[in-house]
Amino acid sequence: MQREVTFAGFGGQGIMTAGKLLALAGMAEGKEVCWIPSYGPEMRGGTAYCTVVVADRLIGSPIVNDPENVFAFNRPSLDKFAPRVRPGGLLVINSSLIDVQSPRHDITQVLVPCNDLANQLKNGRSINIVGLGAFVARSGMVSLEAQRSVLHKEFGRKKGDVLAATLEVFEAGVRAAQGDKETVRA
Amino acid sequence: MPKKLMKGNEALGEAAIVAGAQAYFCYPITPQTEIAEYLAKRMPEVGGVFVQAESELAASQMIFGAAAAGARVFTTSSSPGISLMGEAMSYITAAELPAVFINIMRCGPGLGGILPSQGDYLQAVKGAGHGDYKLLVLAPSTIQEAVDLTIEAFRLADKYRNPVMIIGDGLIGQMMEPVDFESCTKPPRLDCSAWATTGCAGREPHIVKTLFLDPNVLEERNRTLKAKYERMTREEIRFETYCCDPPPDLLFAAYGTTARVVRTAVDHLREEGASVGMFRPISVYPFPDDALRQVAHHPAVRNVLVVEMSMGQMLEDVQSALQGRRPLHFYGRGGGNVPAPEELIDEARKLLGNGHGGKR
Amino acid sequence: MSAPTTIFRRPEALRDAFTHYCPGCTHGIIHRLVAETLDELGLRERTVGIAPVGCSVLCYNYFNCDMQEAAHGRAPALATGVKRVLPDRIVFTYQGDGDLASIGTAEIIHAANRGEKFTTIFVNNAIYGMTGGQMAPTTMPNQVTTTCPRGRDVNTAGWPIPVADVLAQLRTPAYIERVAVHTPRYTVQAKRAIRQAFQYQAENRCYSFVEVLSTCPTNWGKTPNESVQWLEDVMVPYFKLGLKKSPDRPPVD
Repeated sequence: MQREVTFAGFGGQGIMTAGKLLALAGMAEGKEVCWIPSYGPEMRGGTAYCTVVVADRLIGSPIVNDPENVFAFNRPSLDKFAPRVRPGGLLVINSSLIDVQSPRHDITQVLVPCNDLANQLKNGRSINIVGLGAFVARSGMVSLEAQRSVLHKEFGRKKGDVLAATLEVFEAGVRAAQGDKETVRA
Repeated sequence: MPKKLMKGNEALGEAAIVAGAQAYFCYPITPQTEIAEYLAKRMPEVGGVFVQAESELAASQMIFGAAAAGARVFTTSSSPGISLMGEAMSYITAAELPAVFINIMRCGPGLGGILPSQGDYLQAVKGAGHGDYKLLVLAPSTIQEAVDLTIEAFRLADKYRNPVMIIGDGLIGQMMEPVDFESCTKPPRLDCSAWATTGCAGREPHIVKTLFLDPNVLEERNRTLKAKYERMTREEIRFETYCCDPPPDLLFAAYGTTARVVRTAVDHLREEGASVGMFRPISVYPFPDDALRQVAHHPAVRNVLVVEMSMGQMLEDVQSALQGRRPLHFYGRGGGNVPAPEELIDEARKLLGNGHGGKR
Repeated sequence: MSAPTTIFRRPEALRDAFTHYCPGCTHGIIHRLVAETLDELGLRERTVGIAPVGCSVLCYNYFNCDMQEAAHGRAPALATGVKRVLPDRIVFTYQGDGDLASIGTAEIIHAANRGEKFTTIFVNNAIYGMTGGQMAPTTMPNQVTTTCPRGRDVNTAGWPIPVADVLAQLRTPAYIERVAVHTPRYTVQAKRAIRQAFQYQAENRCYSFVEVLSTCPTNWGKTPNESVQWLEDVMVPYFKLGLKKSPDRPPVD
């Protein structure tokens, strides 16, 4: 069993970090994981994306051209990656910044207003964590428990209430995806 | 220590530290600069030397000086930088000094691009520098393997008093995978006291040099080096076979990241019932000729397909190993494009024919 | 009559060897000054020398201390490697003008600029000696060599590079002096400078660099005496002798 997701957005949206946190959760579950970044000039301002593969056996090709899941955090990423989602796969759209959906009928599309949710919680920089919560809840690629324990581990050592704030936005993402109100099954 | 999720470049840096590297000399170049950034922090923490040199020429010659002074040393670079290090590789090999070079290959020729490539295979195995010399060259395909082989490279450099090179494509440097350092051990250090230049107190002076104007003396050294390479060929062959027992109808040959893509294609084709397998060289110099022949010359094997992120470089070694006894095919991508499993599945289907090469 | 006293002997830091240097060449004098210094300061047994490519490539056969031989121009890189892993040893490079001022320009400037704690003895004889008399970066204007048979044309080949003066421009503290060895008086001054250079290194003070103007009668096409005169008349006025930089005199902003 192998599962994949491509997180894509602007540089600075925390795309790479979201992918890394997901990979850590896969590891915590004892799975094989691989995190593959876009690298080079793309890292500086343009579209940033990374792909995370979680599998229960040795991971072969680290390059996945038709990922099972895509999370588009901005419009250029939607345009670039929506056509690549594997038929039957999942496309999560950051509806705060993207006001369209993919015309495809063979995939599930979920709208999550990441920026709005993060801003409501006065944590506007954490849209990646909102997205992570929504994605994990919706895809089940890793368990929510594993992902939460990774957040505790990675943010627990930080100063102040960073951990509490992070968990808060993560759960907001989880609820948004589970609420399912904005799901479009075309 | 549990497994740690690490970027390939950082894992390579940590592997060198675990191996007891005492000095690292470098020059920044994408896509391996994170190694330098990582070691700029780590080397001072372990009492080691970190120097950012003015060029790859200088960095690699600093390796010469430090190795000749008896230190365990290494450098890292990417393709255009490795071309400049070709000079030092020739000198370091001539002086029989242990050193480790890591090439995180990017696409070329020229400045090329910064994306993954395997276009420096021939440069690595045939020699980037001048003269009759060889490097021992190892090609990992996962980050854990890159760590293990890097540590092994330091042991082999000492064993042979010869530079050892790790070649990985840009993906090996840029990906993150879980790495286990717990089972890694520091190779024992070579006793350099008989030749290192450390000051001649209490002994005759040592001279580390590569100039031998007497043809007979130099030829003798050429023979010594040749004997060393022959010993490597006997003792350092490393490879992996995947789905080769029983031998498949179509045998892929690939190394590094490309071998992982092939692995995925093989899995997929086998699910369809096709008879396919893979031969993956891990030591690319010395090349596992005999081992490849043993698989490929089995009567069941009808075709061999070499896959590389180049226009056909390891292909030459496979060709030489097969001695023309099996039809040899090639699929290569360039410019930084990594072949997708689907492309390889399509290529394989062409060679397997409709019957998928003997369904089992 | 008292027993005869030895007043001149081979320094311990020089081997009992015939050198390959041409008659009238001053490499031998410079070797001796370095060797005397290593003896006087008691450094020989903890010294690592780096030989260049050029006429002095074989100096590893003459200095009686540990030696490495470098690729063309790269001696400062090797010296950096040695000194960084063995900071308590004494390290010197011995380089000619083609090696140091042409193919090795990057290495010497950056080693000096990093303030590597080693010593460079730079032998400037205004020509490539080993390859048989080609134009060097330090060849004098209008000087004839095999690759400037009508004389160095400064319009196309530029002016001779005054390396000591160039390096002295760097902000990093260093000891930099230019000397000559074509007369006994100059030679005494050269000895003092070389000794000072190694002294600064032994004190771990700074990078130290001594440029020594030297003769090449063979490739200049002159007798030894004519060579001495030519050095005095042509080279000394251009390559001004003296102290260029001292760690005891910090730069004035």
